[in-house]
Order: sequence, then structure tokens, then C-alpha cells
Amino acid sequence: MSAYILKRLLSIIPVLFGLSIIVFLVMSMIPGDPAIAILGSYATPENVERINRDLGLDKPLVQQYFIWIGNVVQGDFGRSFALNRPVLDEVLERFRATLILAGVALVLCSVMGLIAGVISAVRQFGWADKAITFVVLAGISMPSFWLGLILILLFAVRWRLLPASGMYAIYGGGDLKDLLLHLILPASTLAVVAAGVIARLTRAAMLEVLRQDFVRTARAKGLPERQVIYRHAFRAALVGVIPVIGIQAGFVLGGAVYIETVFQWPGIGAMLVKAISTRDILLVQGGVLIVASSHVLFNLAADVVQTMLDPRIRA
Amino acid sequence: MTVATSSGPTPAGSRNQVSAWRLLLNNRLAAVGLVLLSLLVLVALLAPLLPLPDPDATAPAERLQPVLSQGHLLGTDQLGRDILSRLTWGSRVSMAVGFAATLVAAAIGSTIGLVSGYAGGRTDNLMMRGVDMLMAFPYILLALAIVAALGPGLMNALYAIAIVNIPFFARNVRGVTLGLSHAEFVDAARLSGKGHLSIITTEVLPNVLPVIVITMSTTAGWMILETAGLSFLGLGAQPPQADLGSMLGEGRAQLFTAPQVSIVPGVMIFLIVISLNVLGDGIRDVLDPRLRSGALLRPGPRTEVHSDRAQPANGFPSAVLNVEGLETGFVRNGHYSSAVKAVSLHLHPGECLGLIGESGSGKSVTALSIMGLVNSPPGVIRNGGIYLHGDDVHSMPDTRLISCRGSRVAYIFQDPLTTLHPMHTIGRQVEEAISAHQRLDRRALQERSVALLERVGIRDARERAKHYPHQLSGGQRQRVGIAMALANDPDVIVADEPTTALDVTVQAQILGLLKELRRERGMALLFITHDFGVVAEICDRVAVMKDGVVVETGPTQELLADPQHDYTKRLIACVPEIGRGSDFLARVRSVFDAGNKP
Repeated sequence: MSAYILKRLLSIIPVLFGLSIIVFLVMSMIPGDPAIAILGSYATPENVERINRDLGLDKPLVQQYFIWIGNVVQGDFGRSFALNRPVLDEVLERFRATLILAGVALVLCSVMGLIAGVISAVRQFGWADKAITFVVLAGISMPSFWLGLILILLFAVRWRLLPASGMYAIYGGGDLKDLLLHLILPASTLAVVAAGVIARLTRAAMLEVLRQDFVRTARAKGLPERQVIYRHAFRAALVGVIPVIGIQAGFVLGGAVYIETVFQWPGIGAMLVKAISTRDILLVQGGVLIVASSHVLFNLAADVVQTMLDPRIRA
Repeated sequence: MTVATSSGPTPAGSRNQVSAWRLLLNNRLAAVGLVLLSLLVLVALLAPLLPLPDPDATAPAERLQPVLSQGHLLGTDQLGRDILSRLTWGSRVSMAVGFAATLVAAAIGSTIGLVSGYAGGRTDNLMMRGVDMLMAFPYILLALAIVAALGPGLMNALYAIAIVNIPFFARNVRGVTLGLSHAEFVDAARLSGKGHLSIITTEVLPNVLPVIVITMSTTAGWMILETAGLSFLGLGAQPPQADLGSMLGEGRAQLFTAPQVSIVPGVMIFLIVISLNVLGDGIRDVLDPRLRSGALLRPGPRTEVHSDRAQPANGFPSAVLNVEGLETGFVRNGHYSSAVKAVSLHLHPGECLGLIGESGSGKSVTALSIMGLVNSPPGVIRNGGIYLHGDDVHSMPDTRLISCRGSRVAYIFQDPLTTLHPMHTIGRQVEEAISAHQRLDRRALQERSVALLERVGIRDARERAKHYPHQLSGGQRQRVGIAMALANDPDVIVADEPTTALDVTVQAQILGLLKELRRERGMALLFITHDFGVVAEICDRVAVMKDGVVVETGPTQELLADPQHDYTKRLIACVPEIGRGSDFLARVRSVFDAGNKP
């Protein structure tokens, strides 16, 4: 098992390198001169040249990449010129907030999606199935940022139950309870789409598994229906759904961009949107690389969990 | 993938397309989606002709008018612009960009998939690695990075969304193309001297088209959502141009004072996307029936019994199991057709009855009907009574029937690889069979399960119990199946072709084991097989089934010596005997010719 995990860990190294190349290439496509963006009205030819030299932008592209990645490997992501602080410090601080939000959302959507999917399959064509199918369809068809706005209007403005924005209350907050209160709305909003996708797949997987021979064996043994469904069918269906949850991690991480903007959550998504508009290239580069790498790790984790659940792959 | 191969080398004919349309319209939800979407598209197309105020005309005096105000059906925004007009024009932009992005992604992605799947080998490997790399990015993040590089703007958002969706097309199309690139008709085209480009466009592409359409219909909704998202963040449409996303984004500032400014465009996005999604699901169901979500029906805990079944009286009160006039059938597309008809069988205590017939003769359906294990839907027990110690099984309430399964009547199934749960250890599966009917503590349960496994001839049972089915040989797996059947000392064991999936020597061992166990425990055995050799070996009596009907029944020796029915004669003639192999076919032919005479 540990050998397998080690092998998988090693196998993501080339993927991470590939990611860094894509991120670098995309960023180098940026038209215009970053030096001018930095200098603004101080952009005299001499100053531009000096900045370009400082940033290594006068060197060929390949060399620039290796200088950048060499520094990145050592933990130096460069400095954000707009914030005037090291990119890594800013990115890690923001990423922590995003991980809290996305992590809670991922747990939420997995639990909701699995439960809804199983109920939907077990009560196929019943009213519960129809209701779930409709909610799921609506959930995957609405813009998450719009749903967020509606939830703010209802829960924060109209009923005054929950805070509308931010991660902690400005005055007197800061404890776990405060954090959880602030998490409820954004995490639920973020979870809706992914939960819908997971529910759909769980339903399909359950219906498929319920027809299989080993389920009939479980019935022939005289097991009560509840055990047939949860211990036998669900167990087998789960193995197929786990990788989908891994993929959903990517949608949740990406979707966090909108949710963080709507709820003013101090995460990496909101940071990226701002960095893009100020053309803070190194910050964008570093942020995208960190989020993409963590997505790769999420998928790896999903694979490992799947392997642990399925003895056939484990062998 | 069957879409492509089943439709053959030529594109689907127009007749097929007509029926596909009808199928699509028969799906009520998809039809609603189609109508709604057509309506929305029509309104967007006709926007310049509709009597709407100028969407960009500001009127500071009339800012933030509520919904249903004079002259502004949906009110006005923060600059006094008419929301209804802006909504119509904004939908036009959003849909245009979304559909354009879908087309771009489909064109580029499908090309990559076609080339990759057709070329195979190193080209395929390289291209798919690149696609995987794109997919390693969280979906929206890559679009953000691309917009960051190209700069905010509607066209750039379009490119970004298209690029992000390329992998979905590339992967799906490549999968199908890979299968097609070795199909006979492609080889034939190659041999006829056609060039690669011509083969791809005239032979492969038409067969891949359904997959492209499915992928388009399932991703178009996403793309509209994502375009709106980028605009919402201020990275898509730039003022004064507006799409639905940017309207929503700009209206956010007035969320608390005039929520309709941001909520209304969201409703519009929702309507467009949901109509696209239900339509997409419908298209997928029509073009690839295998994926149809509703095609798989959930089988219930017991076979459905028809409400007015004929229930003949129990003719053999002394029998442990008596099947009287059983008729079981299947309902497909609303039509019922029977699989077995008027089947009557009985088993005395300790007796072994062979049920023999070719595949499809209804043996298994008969066997599964006994304890209501035929999957339902589609299975229905139409007629008949099944008496277990004189009690009709199908009059029992669920809990009682379930408690009889495994304890009074136990089953051994044909293929133990698919009939054992792949993710539970065999020890646990045997324990479960015991604990379903007996209250034992953990330790006793374990001991009993190991003892059972030992009894059926599994060596090192204590160690073996920790193994999973895939780690055992076929013979060992079947022994586990037998151990589970024995777990509660049932009165009847129904063995449904228990030796068919095994090789001959293992088959003999399993038969020996069953014989021995029957003698030792005195249980009745209903033994289903297609092999008269096996019947002669183990059964006291035998019933011959053909086309869902029992054609002949009698004591094994009598029936073997003097078969009455032509079909029985043929079955017996088919058993090869050692030393009489020469001219086997010639001998058999005479029986078959006789049987086929009109």
C-alpha cells in the first residue's frame, strides 16, 4: 500500500512540471510590457530597461522559465509588486482561507451528493427521487454566484441569521464558532453544483450495482433489504464515485473564485481576480500554480482512497 | 462506443433521423427544454425588431425603478436603463458567446481527438498527455489564467472558455476513434487507397458525430455559465457592452437596495442553462441509449407477483418444496411475455431433482422464482403457487419471505466470481450468511464460518477467510458459495448450474462434495444443469425443460434408458461417452434429423 502511494506521489512530479510550463507559457503570452504596468507614469525607457533586467525579462524565454522554476523549487515565488511582499507569503495566507472554504464545501457536497444519490436510486420514480432529480437539475443549472447573492438576501438581509461576508466578524469574532457561522453560506453555495453532479453519478452507479449478481446473492442469503443496499450495493457503488469526488475537488477549488468574490472571503480566488486586474504577473503565476498543484494532490488522494476501498486494485 | 459501430460505416439515414427527432420529442422534459430554448433564442434573435427602449440609454432621473413600474416592466438599473431591454440584448450576447465557445471547443477538441485516436501510438500518447495536463487544472482557474494573459474582454473570455473545454471533446472523440481506427470498414478504405485525411473525414467522422453532438449538448450549458461567470468577475464583457453575467456583476452593488437588478439576469441565465441541460440529457438518451439514466430500473427486494394470479392447490402436501403451475415473465416496454409457463415440480425431503435444458429454456427463471429472486422490474410472477412445507411463498409478507431465504431454501449460483461481493472477504461473506438467521457473538460467528469453510474443503480456512474472492481459484470460490448455502442447514438447496463455470476436474470435485453433503445432512437438492452426464451422476429424478415448459419428467434411470420426448433423446445423445468418440456426429445427426421432421 505504502509502495503504491509512493509510486503515485512520484508520478505526479512530471505532471507538476507540466503544469508549471503551462502556467509560465500562458503568463508569457501577456501582451504589453509588464515593466510599464509596474512603472505606470514613471515608464521612461531607462527605467523600463532596468526593471526588465531586474526581472530577468531581457533573457530568452526558456532561460526565464528555468530561472523562475529554479527559484520556485527553492520556495521563492518572487515578489508581488502591487502588494510589495513575497508572493509565497501572500499565496499561502490566502490559500489557507480557500482550503478551509473548499474543504468544508467538498465534505458537504460529498455527503449531500451521496445521500441524495442513494435515496434517489432506492426510491426510483418515487416522489423523493423526482424531487431530488429536480433539485439536482436546478442546482447544476444555476450560476453559483447568483445563488450566493440570493442566499445573502435571504439569510443575511431579510432574516438576519447569518453574516453576509468575510471570514470573521470585524469586532469580537475570531473564534471557531465565528468562523463556522461565516462558513455556512459560502460553503453551501459552493457545494451545490458539485453535490448535484455527485448525486447524479451516485444514483446511476447504485442502479447499475443493484442489478449485479452479488446483490442477488446477498438477497438469496436472506439479508434484510437495508443491509443489501448499504452494505453490499452502496459499498460497491462508492468505489466508482470516489474518483468523481476527486474531479469535483477541481470544480470546487475553481468555483471558489466566484464564491470568494461574492462573500468577500479572503481566499486565493478573490486574490487572483484582483491580481489579474492589476496585472500582478508573479502573484497570478504563483497562485495558479499552487491551486493547480493542490488539485493534483486532491485527485491523488481520491485515487488512494479508491484503492483502499477496492481490494481488487490494491493487489 | 456502440453508437458508432452499430450505426455502421455510413452516416445514419434520414429515416433514422426522423425517428430520433420523434424519440426526443417523446421525452417530455427534453421537449419542454427544446421549446423553452427555442423561445429564448427567438427572442434574442429578434431583439432588434422588438419594441424595446435602447438598452444603453441612461436616464438618471429614473434610476432603480422597481419591477412592474410604468414603462419599465422589469424596472431600471443604477443608470436608469431599462432592465427588460438590457436582459434581451444581454441574453443575445451571452448565448452567442456560449454557443460560439461550444463550436470552437468542439472543432478543436474533436480534431485533436480524431487525429490522436486515428494515429495512435506515440502521437496519441503525446497529445493525450497534453490534454491530461490541461485537465489537471481546476476547471475555472485555467480560464482565469488565460483571461489574465489575454486581458479582460468578451472575445478573450470566449477563447478561454473554449480552451478549457477542449479536453472533454478530445477525450470522448479519441475514445471512439480509437475503436474505429481498427474497424473493418476503415481497413477496407485504407486498402482501397484512400488517404488518411479522406478516411478521417468520410469514414470516421460520420461515426464519431453522435459523440460530438452529445458532448456539445452536455457542455453548452456549462460554457454559458462560465462565460457569465467571467463577465460577473469583470473579466468578460466590458462596459458599455453587457452580457447577463456583467449585468449581474454590476447590479451587485445595489443588492441591498434594488435586488432585482442583479437577480433578474440570474434568472435568465438559469432558464437558458436549465433548458439546455434537459435538452442535452434528452439528446444523449436518444443518441446513446446505453447512457440513458432511466434505462436501468431498480430491482425490488422480491419479484413482483401479479395481483390476480391463478394459484393451483398444493398437490404434494408431503413434498418439502412444490412448484405448481408456475408462470413467470418479463414486462418490456409495457408488453408482457412469459419466460416459463405451467411449470410444476416437487421435491421430497432429501431428494435430488435435476432440472435440465439448454440455455434460455427457463431453468434459471424457474429456480429464481421460487424465492422471488427474479429481478423485478422487469420480472413478474404471473401464475402459480410455490409451496414450502405447504406454505405459499408468494403469499408471505416480505419479512417472512426474506427470513426463509438462506435458512429454508438456499442458493448456489453459477459464476462465483460475479456472485460473491468483490470487496468483502470471504470469511465475512460466510459470517453474514450465518448472522442473517442466527444470533451469535463475533467469536462464535468466526468459528462457525471457519468450520464451514473447512467442511467444504478449503485448506487453511482460518487464513483463507481473510482473502477476497479475486484471490481464490474458481473451484475455491464455488466452495465458498456452497459454504454460504450450508450456513443455516436449509431444507432445500437450489444449485443453479454450480459447476458450469468450472473446469472438468474441479467440476467432479464439487459434484462429489454436493453428493456427500446431501447424504450427510439430508437436504433436498434442486440441481439445474444442461449436462445429462451430471444429472446421471447426482439426481434421483429429472425434469427436462424446453422453451419455458417442462416436456418430460421421471426417475433418472428410467428417463435415461427410455426417453419419450424427442428433445430428451437429443439431449441424451449429446453426452459423449469414453471410447465411443468416433462417428459421434453421424450418430447424433440421425436423432436430430428425426426430431426436425415436420
